[in-house]
This record gives sequence, structure tokens and C-alpha cells, in this order.
Amino acid sequence: MYDWLLFLHVLSAFALVGTVVIFSAFAFGVTVDSRLVVVGNALWNVGGLGTLVLGIWLALYIDGYEIWDGWIISAIALWAIGTELGRRAQLGYTPAAGAAVGAPPAALMHWLRSLVILALLVVMIYKPGA
Amino acid sequence: MVLVGALVLAGSALAFSRRDGSASLVRLGYLSLALGALPGWIVMRAAAEWVADKEGLTGDQLPSWVNIGYSIADPGLLVLLVSTVLAGFSVRRSSRAEGPSGDRLGEVSAILVSLLLVAYLVTIWAMTTKPV
Repeated sequence: MYDWLLFLHVLSAFALVGTVVIFSAFAFGVTVDSRLVVVGNALWNVGGLGTLVLGIWLALYIDGYEIWDGWIISAIALWAIGTELGRRAQLGYTPAAGAAVGAPPAALMHWLRSLVILALLVVMIYKPGA
Repeated sequence: MVLVGALVLAGSALAFSRRDGSASLVRLGYLSLALGALPGWIVMRAAAEWVADKEGLTGDQLPSWVNIGYSIADPGLLVLLVSTVLAGFSVRRSSRAEGPSGDRLGEVSAILVSLLLVAYLVTIWAMTTKPV
């Protein structure tokens, strides 16, 4: 059970980074292709749900980890920030929706999201305070 | 992670380019491999050796999950190089509007990238579950 939870949790993290790579191409000036946006958004949705649900499940499942541990709380907070930044980036790269007045620069939102994902990875690997 | 992400981007771009013959998508596929996947592989491989040395996972008696990693990563570089070269030739042919020949190279590259993704999925499984 633990092995499968961990594998799927890590795979979900790979999906999040896949989104970062795809949208990084757009942020670097590659012509936005709607099909690639769909792939990127699908990876983000699957990765976001997988990392959160499976991460909390692992925290509850493993003896020695508690959901209120500092590094787990930090990870959940970073996940929430990354999700909002990702929503704003997604809006910016979706032509119809992105036409809203005052929509934030999509590339900036994407790079901020990427930094948050990097910070999340650092927290997962080093588990500060654990 | 960047390696896998770049492979996903490359595979998607090359696969989509087959449908509409988009030269820009072929170019994106090639650049994803050359500037994303290849550097990603180098960093992955160097870090793997570093961690293996740090954890004392060297010598002849290695756990199976480490051997799985080596077995996939090292031959995987050859497949990655071949797919990158094929994608590069596909870009050149697309820019010269040599149609079907260019598409075939891009298609083969996309298939190789897909195989790599399956292989790395197995590697991720081995690295996380560490089967004995």
C-alpha cells in the first residue's frame, strides 16, 4: 500500500513539472498551441489532485508523520499558492478567458508558479523540521 | 523531472505536428529534446552517480532498483540522441517543405520518445518502490 501511494504521489509530482516545462516553452515565446495547453492543463489537474490527496493520505498512513508537521503544512500552503498561480497562468494562455480586463501577465504567473513548485520540491526532499 | 517533462512536451508536439504538418510544432519537439531532455538527462545521470556514491551504492552487489535505473538510463541516452537527431532532420525537411519524408522522421522520433516515457515510468516506479 505504502509503495503504491508513494509511487503515485511522486508520479503526480512529475505531472506538475511536466506542466511547468510545457508552459515554460510558451513563456519563452513559443507560439501557444491550444492542444499543448490542453495537455499542460490536464497534467496540472491530475498532478495537483494527486499530490494533494496522496500526500495527505501518506501523512496519515505513515507512523512518524503527522498532518500538522511543519513541513507538511508548508507543503500544503505552497500547493495552494501554486494552484492559484497556475489558475492565473492558465487564464493567460487561454485566449477567450484571457481577454478579461486586468488579467495578469501569463508568463509572470507561470514563472512564479514554477518557483513555488521548486520550493515545494525542496520541502518534500529536505523535510525541514522533521 | 525536467527530463520527463521535456519528453512529454517533445512527444506531444511531434505527435500533433503529424496531424497538421505544423513546422513550428516539429521545431518545438526538436528544441524540447535538444535543450530540455538532453541537458535533463545529463543532470539526472550526474546526480544519480553522486547520490549512489554518497549512499554507498557502488560496486558489484547493487540492489535491483539501482540496476533498473542504470539499465534504463544508459541505453536511454542512445535512444534520446537518435530521437533528437531524427527530430532535427525532420525540422530541416519541414522547412524545405519536403512533406511526407519529414513527417516520417518526426513520427519515428515521436515513437521513440513515447518508448522512453514508458521506460522512465518504470524507472520512477523502481526508484520509489525500491523492489528488492
